[in-house]
Amino acid sequence: MPIELQAPLQPQAQRRTGDAEIVLDHVGRSYSRRGGGQVTALEDISLHAARGELLAVVGPSGCGKSTLLELLCGLQAPDSGSISCPPAVLMPQRDLLLAWLNALDNAALALRIAGLSRRQARARAGELFIELGLDGFQQARPHELSGGMRQRVAFLRTLLAGKPVLCLDEPFGALDAITRCEMQDWLAGTLTQEPRTVVLVTHDVEEAILLADRVAVLSARPGRVIAQLEVKLKRPRVRSDPDVIALREQALAALGIGAGL
Amino acid sequence: MRARIVRVRSGLAPIVLAVVLLGTWELYVDLAGVESDLLPAPHAVASALWSNGWLVWRNFTVTAEQVVLGLALALACGLALAVAIHLSPLLRRAIYPLAVGSQAVPIPVIGVLLVFWWGFGLFPKLVVIALICFFPVVVTTVDGLASVDPEQPKLLRTLDASRWQTFRFAELPAALPAALSGARIALAVGVIGAFIAETSTPSTEAYSGLGHEIITDAGGFQTARAYAATAVLFVFAITCFYALALAERRLAPWSSQSRGDTR
Repeated sequence: MPIELQAPLQPQAQRRTGDAEIVLDHVGRSYSRRGGGQVTALEDISLHAARGELLAVVGPSGCGKSTLLELLCGLQAPDSGSISCPPAVLMPQRDLLLAWLNALDNAALALRIAGLSRRQARARAGELFIELGLDGFQQARPHELSGGMRQRVAFLRTLLAGKPVLCLDEPFGALDAITRCEMQDWLAGTLTQEPRTVVLVTHDVEEAILLADRVAVLSARPGRVIAQLEVKLKRPRVRSDPDVIALREQALAALGIGAGL
Repeated sequence: MRARIVRVRSGLAPIVLAVVLLGTWELYVDLAGVESDLLPAPHAVASALWSNGWLVWRNFTVTAEQVVLGLALALACGLALAVAIHLSPLLRRAIYPLAVGSQAVPIPVIGVLLVFWWGFGLFPKLVVIALICFFPVVVTTVDGLASVDPEQPKLLRTLDASRWQTFRFAELPAALPAALSGARIALAVGVIGAFIAETSTPSTEAYSGLGHEIITDAGGFQTARAYAATAVLFVFAITCFYALALAERRLAPWSSQSRGDTR
């Protein structure tokens, strides 16, 4: 039996466009394992996000979080259930910046793909590049940038794809703790400036509470939604806020991690 | 300051080594009394080169042209084959074994056929050189094209890139350093390839290349002149190699090799 890892791209026309609302209705996805047998990555996932909302998905490793994003981006099709999602763009775990392009050209990649000339693409990406605090790094090659800067460029590339939905796959997972905090603040600030519907996958419960409007907690494989938390706290949020801490403990409790020490 | 001294010193290293080797060679021939027809001493080679300068030069230009054009042909064919192999699993299965097998074909076997098809001119010689050189280009380029992070095509698909754009923006530039490494290997065999080309496909020109001259001289007890011609090929190969390394630094400044990590 052939191993089918990637279902064909869903035709964009079949998907709902217009109102940027994401609906996952009893979605399931499983893979056939090499040498027979099935692995269920996601089971009976029902989630939704309104336009402009940030939905965070947290869960242990291997709970199918990345699969969820690939489903939303149309890189895979679900085995069961249905997905309604406007065109979405993926920001993968690793930044995947192209080593032969400078930071500005990397950020402008989607514009080049859309058919703009190098000059036009640079001009259009240039403004946002400066607005998001990257000025001075236009000519830098990826290997000259710090981890945080690379993620910023990768995020800008995602933003400039011009799609209503951003799928962020553990964008700060590989960063050190201090840089991660900076980047969380930066992302929160950027999204107030450039509002989008965002699905943020993370294994960092605190990050989810700080950034999201709603947090979905997934179980270990097969991934099921075991808790959904509304986060109705004012922004900007502070890590030491008792409400943030309370929600964090609630999410951790759902994951079966003891609240008290 | 210190760094500069080190750099000058490391620049002298190959010269020092060459001088030591030549000195040993000279001493060996003089002290052991080796026949000059068997192994001429370096000073005899130098004087043969000096007194046959024009002949060696004319033959060198013939060979150099063959190497450069043959290598260009090998690069063009090698890259085209690599792209075909990369894009089509069917072609990969069809072409790869034949490309490997082609390397086992002794050129003299087909030399006569090539001359029958294309005459005594330049072209059959270029075909021989290309046949000898294309293989490393294919192998390194195929690996280079496949070296793209498997997540990269996914990302590009969500950016609405077509297959061609994925190739153009991600795979092709990723393969460039590898292809250039392949070109360097091809060049190293290219010079001996020209020798094989000249000796396996006859020519009617007055000056038919250094390879042809070496064979004639070696058979006619002109050993010193054969060594002089060999020395020219030797230096030519080194020059071409470093010219390509320089080109790589210009064309693919992001690759670790040309960033100076290894040099």
